[in-house]
Amino acid sequence: MRTDDLIRGLAADDKRETSPGWAVALLLPAGLAVAVLLFSLMLRIRPDFLPMLATPWLPLKFAVTLSLAVAALLVVSRLVRPGVRSGPVAIGFLVPCGVLALGIAAVLGLTPPETWMPGLVGHYARYCVVFVPLMGAPILAALLLAMRKGAPTRPGLAGACAGLAAGGLGAALYAFHCTDDSPLFVLTWYGIGIAALTAAGALIGRRVLAW
Amino acid sequence: MIDREEAWASLMRSGLAGDQAAYQTLLRALAPALRASVRRRLAGMGQPLEECEDIVQETLLAIHLKRHTWRTSDPFGPWLFTVARNKLIDHVRKRGRRIEIPIEDFADILPAAEERPGADSAEVDRHLAQLPAKQRAILKTVAVDGASVGDAARQHGMTPGAVRVALHRGFASLAARLRTEE
Repeated sequence: MRTDDLIRGLAADDKRETSPGWAVALLLPAGLAVAVLLFSLMLRIRPDFLPMLATPWLPLKFAVTLSLAVAALLVVSRLVRPGVRSGPVAIGFLVPCGVLALGIAAVLGLTPPETWMPGLVGHYARYCVVFVPLMGAPILAALLLAMRKGAPTRPGLAGACAGLAAGGLGAALYAFHCTDDSPLFVLTWYGIGIAALTAAGALIGRRVLAW
Repeated sequence: MIDREEAWASLMRSGLAGDQAAYQTLLRALAPALRASVRRRLAGMGQPLEECEDIVQETLLAIHLKRHTWRTSDPFGPWLFTVARNKLIDHVRKRGRRIEIPIEDFADILPAAEERPGADSAEVDRHLAQLPAKQRAILKTVAVDGASVGDAARQHGMTPGAVRVALHRGFASLAARLRTEE
């Protein structure tokens, strides 16, 4: 086909895709809804949820995981648009890191050393590394689907950031159930669960986000 | 250079707002600029120049299918150069050659754009031939024969809406085939 003909054809095609931002706004709630459904089928909210909310430890889990999700979503929203620098917004990752570091410093500074290891090992680490990725999986799927409307020049990186966002949200959801509250536990086992989703996002993203 | 990008940005804004004539003007202005740039890059990398028009057409398809990722408030140049660079790298990489192209190289595309409006892309033709028959027929009627959507609808006994869908899907699957195959 001649380039002139191609251009005439392209100009006649007036169907426009949804912008990636809109697609995320539409699909992310759907992914979250599926995750909440999975939660309600397989898990329950910890019985001491309200009293624990008054301690620093449970709010800390939400602060770390949700700020991670927000930071990752901000980076995603820029990675899907060509020619837009995402470096400057990546600074947002300092928030979850800082909050978690603060929590760990509090544990190491305020609690006796013999409680550190039991706190890190926790009681239900195996459940955590399964359920964090499981809660995050529908969210990751929704994000990747929405991001296909975008044009990430680095599909693997964009997929990894989607995995981080999904991991953060999945972990926040699991935190409603999980009774292991030490920031050392959060760093280790939530970290592993979120890292698994991030790796999955990178691998899948490389395939499905190329354009 | 900045003036040119401003003019392109304004045409793209009109195009996104539904002005098909402005959009076609933009694509016609971009084609020679892309062609000059791609030829320079290919020559610089010691790659065969006959692939130039394949890359130009792939890039025009990507610009078209991803135009909604440009925000009208953003500068147009970086968006365009990133898309063009990506398509050139993809094309060369698909053939198993590794290359690195700094983004700055694309910022200076042109100034002396040569005009070859008759240029053909063999690769696009090859993939076009594998599209579903209806999409291929609509693409040919609208692009090659220059029929309007309404005329194409009458000619093929379809509704204008169905023609629009077939046209869009045709371009989308053409781009997907160019990206993945070979």
